[in-house]
This record gives sequence, structure tokens and C-alpha cells, in this order.
Amino acid sequence: METLRNRPAETAVKMRNRAWRLPSRRQLAGLFFVLPAVTFTLLFFIIPLLMTIWMSLHDWPLIGTPSFIGSGNYDTLAADRQFWTSLGFTIRYTLLVTPPIFILAFVLALLVNLPLRGVGLFRTAYFIPVVIGLGASSLLWVWLLNDRVGPFNTILRQLNLLQGSLVWLGSFDTALFAIIVSVVWKTVGFTMVLLLTGMQAIPQEIYQAAMVDGASYLGRLRHITLPLLRPTIALALVLSVIGSFLAFDQFYIMTRGGPRNQTITVVYWIFNNSFTYFKMGYGAALSLVLMGFLVILSMLQLRLLHREISY
Amino acid sequence: MTAHSLFLGRSLTWRRLVSRLLLYLVFISLAVIFLFPITWSVITSVKPPAEAAAIPPTGLPSRITWDNYLKLNEFGAGAGRYLFNSISVSVMTVVGTIILSTLAGYGFSRFSFPAKGALFLMILATLMIPFQSILTPLFLILTRLKLQNTLPGLALVYITFQLPFGVFVMRNSFDTVPRELEEAALLDGCSSVSLLYRVMLPIVLPGIITAGIYAFLNAWNEFLAALIFMNQQSMFTFPILLNSVNTGLYGAVDWGALQAGVTISILPSILMFLVLQRYYIQGLTGGSVKA
Repeated sequence: METLRNRPAETAVKMRNRAWRLPSRRQLAGLFFVLPAVTFTLLFFIIPLLMTIWMSLHDWPLIGTPSFIGSGNYDTLAADRQFWTSLGFTIRYTLLVTPPIFILAFVLALLVNLPLRGVGLFRTAYFIPVVIGLGASSLLWVWLLNDRVGPFNTILRQLNLLQGSLVWLGSFDTALFAIIVSVVWKTVGFTMVLLLTGMQAIPQEIYQAAMVDGASYLGRLRHITLPLLRPTIALALVLSVIGSFLAFDQFYIMTRGGPRNQTITVVYWIFNNSFTYFKMGYGAALSLVLMGFLVILSMLQLRLLHREISY
Repeated sequence: MTAHSLFLGRSLTWRRLVSRLLLYLVFISLAVIFLFPITWSVITSVKPPAEAAAIPPTGLPSRITWDNYLKLNEFGAGAGRYLFNSISVSVMTVVGTIILSTLAGYGFSRFSFPAKGALFLMILATLMIPFQSILTPLFLILTRLKLQNTLPGLALVYITFQLPFGVFVMRNSFDTVPRELEEAALLDGCSSVSLLYRVMLPIVLPGIITAGIYAFLNAWNEFLAALIFMNQQSMFTFPILLNSVNTGLYGAVDWGALQAGVTISILPSILMFLVLQRYYIQGLTGGSVKA
């Protein structure tokens, strides 16, 4: 790329400037173009990031002066039963929501990849819930699931799957199940499109060769599609797991953390500490731990899937 | 892919016809499942309020009314106010994201300057850190800058969250513009700025649309940051208003009005996606697969 750019005249200018250690006009122009984006990132991302570390070492109320307490917040964290409950719940939710998303997305991707007339229309239909907000979709599902005015129970009754009425969001198991259903509905299209893109990138010739050798549909799926789809699956898995680990909207709106604080996720617990109890130093410490978890999570996943690929 | 052999070539036999019909049945059933919640919410929003709140729920509306929308307008400072908030923040986010990403994309693609690689990496790396984990200090910064509970304040935050994607997309867009075009314009005495504006902008327009549609959807749909930074009732964004309706801030939950709100909230996203689908998918596959 560099060689393309450096016409002789410019190279000479550049070398002269390097000796003077002064940026050329053209270099200044480049800096000028990226400056606004860099400033925004520094001011509203890098500085808050560094502040998180600083704040986590303080008792930091909303009003009044913060006081340095060293590892105090982390000691609190280690003994904070709600934090460990939240972490356990978040992991459990992530483990429960990921498989249905992937299995369904894979089947859907296979379906919408069929060379049928009008298949694009169906692809769009399955994708539509992805573009609406998680807040709006959670509110939509609160109503769908409502035991008195929602259509969900009525439909189940008509199908003879339910008698009487069920307050889905009232108890832990049914609430978790209902939220998983709503999240699968909302996000499966995203994974479907990622997998579909990966499938379409696999050369047709490989399938044709396998067919000549008499491989069945399932055989081709198992020995060609799945192995060649690994990188795509890895990417989709990382995105999906991280998304689930950061869950907030659906629990804040649909269960409000209940019943008995059992559905408070990690982000929800950070939110409560920082913005309900205004223990902002503690909120910052929790945030850092969350950050750490996510970094480990994505590295672990990439490593695992990478090994499988080379295997 | 593999199904080519199943469905193309040779004439249709009975078996093929039946299997194809069955497949369409599967496709249609799935579409019904995916679209039912949205459709039913829209239908409920135009029911007379008594039918929208009926126990057990009724079927199709006996007549179509806008009453639920009018009732939604009675909450808090009026739905219009919250719509205005959401629209302004979204427009500011889209415009800001496009301007900043285009400038930075141009700079990173076409110029060399000190610390270029490091600066580019810094912007992209923010993608790996969840914004949820920096909201606590961000709240303090916005309060200090007197930007908390202001529409531009929220837009600034949203723009920053959009930058890694936007800058990445725009850098790639500029990378595809042929050098010859640029050199010809420079020979004609074009300055860097007018080169960007007159020659390159039309070529990178697809990238701009992609960055813009993601900026809009994220700003329009975002919940957590808006919940934290806009805690004054008159400054709520639309999703926060709807949550307040649901939590009973304005009295018993009005299910018809809530569905009117949900409809208002989801239709712009869906319409935007349907119209600009091509650019949206480009961003999804190109952006994420390469990143």
C-alpha cells in the first residue's frame, strides 16, 4: 500500500521532514481528518475506561468526595452474595440460550439457502425481529405473555397445551424459559445470516465432487458444510455468547430481576450499584471484573475453535 | 448449495412437487411464527381501548381507531415530546457518525502520519470492550460537562459507540477507490477537502449509508445508556417512556397504549431495514467477517 502512494516527489518531501521531525502539510491534513474521531474515542471511551480502574479503588458516592479504599471494593465483591448469584445466573442463561439459537439458526440457514423461488422473502421475514430494539421487543413479550390480556396463553389453551392461565414471568423457571424464547425469536435471524454467508462462501465444486462420490445430503453436511463453516461458527458464537453475557434489557423489563432477585444479571447488578444505590466505586469494580470475564471468554472461545479447525 | 441437485434439473415428478409444497408449508409456518408477535401488536394498537385490554384477549378489532395512540400521548410530557427526543438523538447520531467516520476513514485510508496505526487500533479496540462496563464513569463525565439529561449529550455517547464500526467501514470504502482517480483530480489542482467532497464521496456513498443505518438503529433502539443518562422525565427517549408505562409510572398499565408505543417504536426500524436491506446486510457480513 505504501509503495503505491509514494510517488518520488512525495518521498523526497517525506524524507526531508523525517530529518526535521516535523510533519508535512499532507501528514497534518491526515491527522486533521482523523482528529475528531480520535478525540471522541479518547474523551468518551478511553478516559472513562481509565477512570473505571481509578474509581474501583475508591468509595465513590454520587455526592460528596470519593475516598481511597485500595482493594476495599474487591473485598466487598468477593463476599457479595448477590454478585456471585448474578454471575452464576448470567452464565446459566448464556449456556441455556446459546444452543437453541445455534441449532435453529443452522436449520434456518440451510432452509433459506435452498434454491427456491421466493426464498429471499422468507429470509427477510425471519430476520426482521433482529432490527427492532431489545427494549421494544421485551415490552412486546411482556404483553404477549401476560396471563390476562396476552394472546400467548389463549393460543396455548386452544392448542390444549395449557389449562387455566400461567403467569410466565412470575416464577423463576417459566420466566427464564419465556425470556429465552423471546431472545431466540429476536436474535436467531442474526446468527442465521452469518451462517448463511459462510455457507455461500463454500465452493460448489466441493459438493459436486462429493456427490459424484455418492455422498448423501447428511454426509455432505457433516463432512463438508460443518468443517468448512468452523470459522463462521466461531465468529457467530463469540458474538452471541458475548451478547448473552451482557444481557440487561430483557431482565430489567420482563422480570425486573425477580422473583427474589434471582434474574439479576451481572450488568443489571452493576446498574443497581452504580445508579440505584449510587455506590459508583463498587460499580466500577464490578465493571472491571465483567470486562475481564469478557476478554477471557472471547480468547478462550477463539482458542478452542482454532484448535478444532487445525485438528 | 447441495440442494441444487434436489430442486433443479429434469422435470418435476409428483414426489418433487409434494416435497416442494411441504417445504413451502414449512417456510410459511416459520414466517407466521416470526411475524405474528409484531403483527398482533400492530393490530392490537388500532383496536378500541376496551378490546385491547379485554380479558381474555379478543380477535380482530371490531373497528379501527387511533384511540390508543391518543391515550399514549397523555402520558408524562406527551408521546410527541418523547418521539421528538428519540428522533433528535437518532438524527444527531446518524449525522455525527457519518461525518466523523467519513473524515477518519479518508484520513486512515489515504494519508500517512505519525501514530496512524496506533490511533486506528485504538478506535477499533473499543469494540472489544463492552460499553456497559464504562457507563459509570461516563455518567460522571457527562454530569461534569453538564451534558447529562441533554439530547446532544446522549448523541455524543452514541456517536462514540458507533465509531469503531463506522471508521472501519469507511476506511474500507476509501480503500476501494482507485488511486488514479485521486491523482487525476490532484493534478487538476483539487485540494484534499474538495477531492473528498467532489470526487470520492459519491463513490463511498454505499459505505456512508451502511454506517448511517447502523447508527440510526442503535440510537433509536438503545435502552440502557438512555435509561442512565436521561433520568429526567421530560428527557426520556421513547423506549424509556414505554418502560415507564409498563412499570406503572403513569398509573395502571394501559395495554392498548403500550402496543401503540411498541408499534411506533418498531415500525421505523423495520421500514429502514426493508428499504436499505442491501446496505444493512453488507455491513453485517463485510464488517463482522473481516473484523
